[in-house]
Amino acid sequence: MLSVKDLAVSFQTRRGSVDAVRGISFELEKGEILGIVGESGSGKSVTSYALMRILDVGGTIKSGEAVYSGVDLRRVAEKTMRDIRGREISMIFQNPRAALNPIRKVGHQIEDVLRRHAKATRYTAREKAIEALEAVKIRDAVARYDAYPFELSGGMCQRIVIAIALACDPRLLIADEPTTGLDITTQKAVMDLVSELIRAREMSSILITHDLGLAAQYCDRIMVMKDGGIVEQGDPVELFSNPQHSYTRKLVDATPREGESIRSLLPPEDRKPELPHDVSEDALLDVRNLTKTYRGKSGPVHAVKNISFTVKRGQSVGLVGESGCGKSTTSEMLVRLMDATAGEILFDGVDIAAMPAAAFAKNSRRGDIQMVFQDATDSLNPRHTARHTIAEPLQRLGQMGGSELSTRIEELAGLVGLPATLLDRFPHQLSGGQKARVGIARAIALEPKFLILDEPTAALDVSIQAVVLNLLMDLRAKLGMSYLFVSHDLHVVRLLCDHVVVMKAGEIVEQGPTLQVMSNPQEPYTKELLSAAPKPPARRIVA
Amino acid sequence: MATANTYPRLRAVMMRIAQSIPVVVGVVVISFLLTRALPGDPAAYFAGAAADEASIEEIRVALGLDKPLIQQFFIYVGDLLQGDLGQSISSGQSVAADLAKRLPASLELTLTALIVSCGIAIPLGVLAATQPGSWIDHLCRVVVTAGVSLPTFFTGIVLIYVFYYLLGIAPSPLGRLDFIYIEPDRVTGFYLIDAAVVGDWETWLGALKQLVLPAVTLALFTLAPIARMTRAAMLTALSSDFIRTAKAAGLTNRKVLYGYAFRNALLPVVTTLGMVFSFALGANVLVEKVFAWPGIGSYAVEALVVSDYAAVQGFVLAMALLFVLLNLIIDLAYTAIDPRIGFASK
Repeated sequence: MLSVKDLAVSFQTRRGSVDAVRGISFELEKGEILGIVGESGSGKSVTSYALMRILDVGGTIKSGEAVYSGVDLRRVAEKTMRDIRGREISMIFQNPRAALNPIRKVGHQIEDVLRRHAKATRYTAREKAIEALEAVKIRDAVARYDAYPFELSGGMCQRIVIAIALACDPRLLIADEPTTGLDITTQKAVMDLVSELIRAREMSSILITHDLGLAAQYCDRIMVMKDGGIVEQGDPVELFSNPQHSYTRKLVDATPREGESIRSLLPPEDRKPELPHDVSEDALLDVRNLTKTYRGKSGPVHAVKNISFTVKRGQSVGLVGESGCGKSTTSEMLVRLMDATAGEILFDGVDIAAMPAAAFAKNSRRGDIQMVFQDATDSLNPRHTARHTIAEPLQRLGQMGGSELSTRIEELAGLVGLPATLLDRFPHQLSGGQKARVGIARAIALEPKFLILDEPTAALDVSIQAVVLNLLMDLRAKLGMSYLFVSHDLHVVRLLCDHVVVMKAGEIVEQGPTLQVMSNPQEPYTKELLSAAPKPPARRIVA
Repeated sequence: MATANTYPRLRAVMMRIAQSIPVVVGVVVISFLLTRALPGDPAAYFAGAAADEASIEEIRVALGLDKPLIQQFFIYVGDLLQGDLGQSISSGQSVAADLAKRLPASLELTLTALIVSCGIAIPLGVLAATQPGSWIDHLCRVVVTAGVSLPTFFTGIVLIYVFYYLLGIAPSPLGRLDFIYIEPDRVTGFYLIDAAVVGDWETWLGALKQLVLPAVTLALFTLAPIARMTRAAMLTALSSDFIRTAKAAGLTNRKVLYGYAFRNALLPVVTTLGMVFSFALGANVLVEKVFAWPGIGSYAVEALVVSDYAAVQGFVLAMALLFVLLNLIIDLAYTAIDPRIGFASK
């Protein structure tokens, strides 16, 4: 159905041309779902844009061919290509809210496509658009027809994007990271819907993703890309259980899954023995009936409702839940950036919730509670060098200066594995993993007792995530810190945490030792979360 | 309240209109205080140079200036409500009548200039954004630079020199209508509209001829910010994710460009348009002077020079109200363009 031969794409940049895709070839059968997996910069998205000929400015298909039903997509006239897009080959994108025109009713956006490809006239458009909405299982489709994207949830927006893509019954659907940024249960719902629609309509599909587990679950065949080339392709189970290429092996290893230790995420040669971390019985942090209520336009909004949990000295607690469950609000209250409405936060036996957040900055305990933020890039000042960033807490709270300061900065850099030569670089000159290390070094600079990690690896590629998680584990053992690990990724929480707290709509639904909660969940919501997470096939250990 | 809840945008519009009421009240208070705070004694001016203490005092009583400030204010507001803005000493007419005559002249000039300017700048900006680096993009850049670097009085004088003095195509730059034409009957005060209403196309053409040069002068001045903002807003819109979705769905270039990108780019353009309109009203003063245009700007300058306070007060009030109205229109345009705004202010 689709046959790609030696496809090469390059981008013209100020520093000359950059090859994004270097001569890849693959075939796609009718009715097949092909997964393209790779980390950022592997050229997987560029490949799909090249097939659709919607490359960004400066991008050109340098050589090769992509034959779809006898038509070379590279050579065909732009006019014909526009007829193919949407009617023969469709695409769905990541970040669904941004993928929709913000000021046009979603119904009209579907109509635009229907009328463009003559699948509807002015008189039948509305009816057909509503049918398209019903096809993607949107409840109350007639009412949703008049909605604007900002009035809909992320999952709902993705359904609209799918409705637009499938409105004209295309034969091939390209899904570019369709669930990135969506909650885990939404991800499952969206993926189930897409695969069901593909099967029902006997379409072919290309699923582009960074998540190996997701690809394994939904694809018939997987292709692994790295630096613009295909390194390996094959059956998902086979690829997982017996990866041939070293890069695939690394990727498979780095994908967190059941029954593995945190060290096994790393390539075998980097697996040092795990350092033990001791959990004592006395509580470092005792949260009692913590509540946060906002004054909303239509009555009070209960962001966090009366939650209680304990973090013991040396313990790592995972705080799990979907967006809007109150986990970020909780962590902001604990790190004392936000005042609680009610409740106590006993830290070392002292109620720090009683002190206003603004005054806490001058408190001697400020250095004891630190935080690593979600976005490694946005949480660094773009005009401060790595050295400057790490120095900030040392100078302000530690009153350090001179040679003592620079010695400590270099010591910290060594601790987080940041080469000293990178200390004088600005954030934009550092890679994602290096920026994460700077953020961690800043947080541990004052040797805090308690570290809050707010999805510290959410924006990182899996192989870098593996390294950062291992770093966090080592630091925990070396410095004896307690962690509150906020995450939506249950696999990661399973690896790193001793205790887990599951939140939903501002309340704790279940908590307990990680192993117990994960293997024998009591609450239906926890069960739902666990079953929604993609399960990568286990890797066969080849002796 | 059921209607307000069913139509949140209508409600937002009503709210916005309600919000402009305190602004208008504030403007009235400030324009009153401002004229009272200015140095000089209006009674002495009214009485004339030969007046003695007693006659000045007499005039002061007649004008009500001997009363306490708060009472004066209520008298002023009472007069305002009846449409009485006081007497201008320089023209001898009531300020309201002067403004009614001169405001349309300024508005006709400014609006024509803005229409001309938008008609050129917006397509130019759109084309420049769709073909970055092309000759049209460079043309856009040249026009923008030239537009901001040439002062209006200079452009005006150059245009007069070339088209009136050298080529002789333009009529003499003396006001709104050459003396050989008769002023059209007043309907709106806009000569082009009034002449068209009665079907007097000869006068219409005469008025248009007079209007062209000053309008072009002002248009050149306002071209730059509009073209620049259109280009920037279009570039932002065109690089958005939803444009990629629209392209991937096979929509035509036309639809992608105008149906999707342009409507999203319109918001910053409308903002700029509001700002440009206020700039243009300010820049009017110079253009009106160069072309002897009997507008509100030259009126205010003349009134200031001779300390004609009632006229200045009336001018300040009229301008302030105009700006309030303008901002209201822009905000309403926002709600019409962007569905998110009605909800944000709910």
